[in-house]
Amino acid sequence: MTRKQRRLILIGSGLAVLAVAVVLVLSALKDSIVFFNSPTDIVEKQVQPGARIRLGGLVKPGSVARGDNLSVRFEVTDGNRVIPVAFTGILPDLFREGQGVVAEGALDGSGLFRADAVLAKHDETYMPKEVADALKKQGHWKHDYDKKAGASPDANPSPAGRAQ
Amino acid sequence: MIPELGHYALVLALGLALVQAVVPLWGARAGDPALMGVAAPAALAQFVFVAIAFAALVACYVTSDFSVLNVAENSHSAMPLVYKFTSAWGNHEGSMLLWVLILAFFGALVAALGTNLPATLKADVLAVQSWIAAAFFLFILFTSNPFLRLADAPMEGRDLNPVLQDIGLAVHPPMLYLGYVGLSITFSFATAALIDGRIDPAWARWVRPWTLAAWMCLTGGIAMGSYWAYYELGWGGWWFWDPVENASFMPWLAATALLHSALVMEKRDALKVWTILLAIIAFSLSLIGTFLVRSGVLTSVHTFANDPTRGVFILAILVTFIGGGLTLFAWRAPLLRQGGLFAPISREGALVLNNLFLTTACATVFIGTLYPLALEALTGEKISVGAPFFNATFGPLMVPLLVAVPFGPLMAWKRGDLLGVAQRLSAAFAVGVIGIAATFAIEGAKPVLAPFAVGLALFVIAGALTDLVERTGLFRVAPGIARKRAAGLPRSSWGTALAHCGLGLTLLGIVGETGWSAEKIVTVRPGQVISLRHYDLSFDGLVPREGPNYRELTAKFTVRRGGDVLGVLEPSRRAFSTRGTTTTEAALMTRGLSQLYLSLGDNNPDGSITIRLYHKPLVLLIWLGALVMVTGGALSLSDRRLRVGAPKPAKSRAAVQPAE
Repeated sequence: MTRKQRRLILIGSGLAVLAVAVVLVLSALKDSIVFFNSPTDIVEKQVQPGARIRLGGLVKPGSVARGDNLSVRFEVTDGNRVIPVAFTGILPDLFREGQGVVAEGALDGSGLFRADAVLAKHDETYMPKEVADALKKQGHWKHDYDKKAGASPDANPSPAGRAQ
Repeated sequence: MIPELGHYALVLALGLALVQAVVPLWGARAGDPALMGVAAPAALAQFVFVAIAFAALVACYVTSDFSVLNVAENSHSAMPLVYKFTSAWGNHEGSMLLWVLILAFFGALVAALGTNLPATLKADVLAVQSWIAAAFFLFILFTSNPFLRLADAPMEGRDLNPVLQDIGLAVHPPMLYLGYVGLSITFSFATAALIDGRIDPAWARWVRPWTLAAWMCLTGGIAMGSYWAYYELGWGGWWFWDPVENASFMPWLAATALLHSALVMEKRDALKVWTILLAIIAFSLSLIGTFLVRSGVLTSVHTFANDPTRGVFILAILVTFIGGGLTLFAWRAPLLRQGGLFAPISREGALVLNNLFLTTACATVFIGTLYPLALEALTGEKISVGAPFFNATFGPLMVPLLVAVPFGPLMAWKRGDLLGVAQRLSAAFAVGVIGIAATFAIEGAKPVLAPFAVGLALFVIAGALTDLVERTGLFRVAPGIARKRAAGLPRSSWGTALAHCGLGLTLLGIVGETGWSAEKIVTVRPGQVISLRHYDLSFDGLVPREGPNYRELTAKFTVRRGGDVLGVLEPSRRAFSTRGTTTTEAALMTRGLSQLYLSLGDNNPDGSITIRLYHKPLVLLIWLGALVMVTGGALSLSDRRLRVGAPKPAKSRAAVQPAE
């Protein structure tokens, strides 16, 4: 086998692996990414029932209602629109009324958002970035949040910090 | 006084770093030994000054000096002493200081141990190392100074984030940083080689121990972080494909590839250009990892709020070092001569395959981590790329690599015999097939892929052991001879086998945990019994307790199996008053390699409490496997062949080997 042939085999197999990887990445990007939406986005973009999305906003004060078997309902708002959310399971430690929250799931036919995951933060002063941006867009951003979320160098523990 | 001392020491370290970054380089070009000689003492002195600065910060924390802003924001006088120490690096400023401390430490190590390095190479390496250090000193002093004072010192600090008040997290960042920063040495060596335009196997022999040491620390650090997340976050997950985790995983993948390609370079003088490129990429990924986390660029729901004003500085550092490194590579790499021919089917070929898959897999992780960022910057659309993406891309790429792992070490250099190797692996194949059949028989085909994954894991483990059996001639020659051969086997061979074995163990753990975990989320009242698999748990009641800086509510559960009491599980919820935060402390019960995992949810007014109960089969193997990998790395590192310029006779083998 000449040097040239060997190099061809090397380059060929390299390209083959890369091609496989590209196909995998493209198909995965098509199927498994989840778009983030604020309640207003959901209404304006007319998100289809069944499409997997993330819904972010504030938990509307007074809207949390617990049912049997760990089922819970609450409403997520960005000050403009309100989306009802149903979830079954344990809510994160930092889930609170009036606080930022991100729920992942899909809308059902009746406009109810069925979440299978609810994320909140480690830190009580934290506001998820997407939620903050969405609130700013709707003009409901309060400077109070800014003071809490923006200038807090304390909220930064380690390269492996993560939350539920 | 102490913080000012630390601040001053840091400024002096910066001054030394600037000298060390310029003078030796100039000396190397001018061929002036005196100028080159500046590098080593400067590196040592730089380390001493950073150490003083770091010690000053730790002293501020231990004495709870709340006149220092950083301490006031991250400490509390009632915190246990050990967390006062660890909170010194549990925040942005302190962790950056730790970063440069380790950087300077490695620089000092090269200066002290590199007595047999060619003078110009040593000067260049230390100079490059010092550029990195200087950039970080500037970053710390201008944007993240931990020594800033407060005009009005508060009476009490704001406490460390409660989830970080944990011994696992106390050790995790330093380990991870040792890994990240260890790769800076390989970067400096690569850059120095490019500046020099010369590279030889001795270079690889120098670089490999550093890569190995960095890789060990990264492996340990990642495993520890994963275990921390598992028990501290309270819902039994051990890997989330979170951007923050990916940031540490990408350098690990690149370092693993580098480890293998440096081997080819050292033994066969081939793959030079590739190895250099990998060295640059590996450290670039470390930098990106550190900074993505630190800058808050990747503010997923999982990262922490942060100060975006540091972003520009960070971006400048990234562009300088990654862009500079790659530009230098493009300019100078053609000067490096290629050597060492090999057939596609050979040990070299197997290692190239390894590199191909590892780097490709690393690239998919990179895309998955940064795509949301790029998309948001370009279109404003916000997306999240989660576990499904990584499972669909990273997973399939790992399968062929894992199948190939046992083949590699059995293959001959230059030209290998695939059929012969396959024959020698027949026992390992058999183990794998038996594993698949047995799993099907016991657990059935649910989930479908799990039995095959078990078979693959067993094949990897048995394959690694086959290598040892082949080399010692066990089962072929008399046991005495085999024992003698085993003793004479280079430690790096043991290291390889162990590391590959560990990989198989981790895989087995992952399959066991993901395939056969059982979960129950229920609300229980005192006296009630819940059953999961073979275990019955009875809820005995809630007990309030008082900790040093928190109050906790502990639930007592007695665990029985078939009527026999196995023990008590005491999960709790802790309320930290200073920050008004609650954390969940899970309770674990280890049964062999499996674990029973219990954590608390909300407690209701009527005395009932919500719990999550998991049974996680083989879960411990995930981290034990990593531990075995690290042990393999340590064995390999202690191999005397790795230590250049130590051609001592074999009888000194028993002597204690310094870790590089």
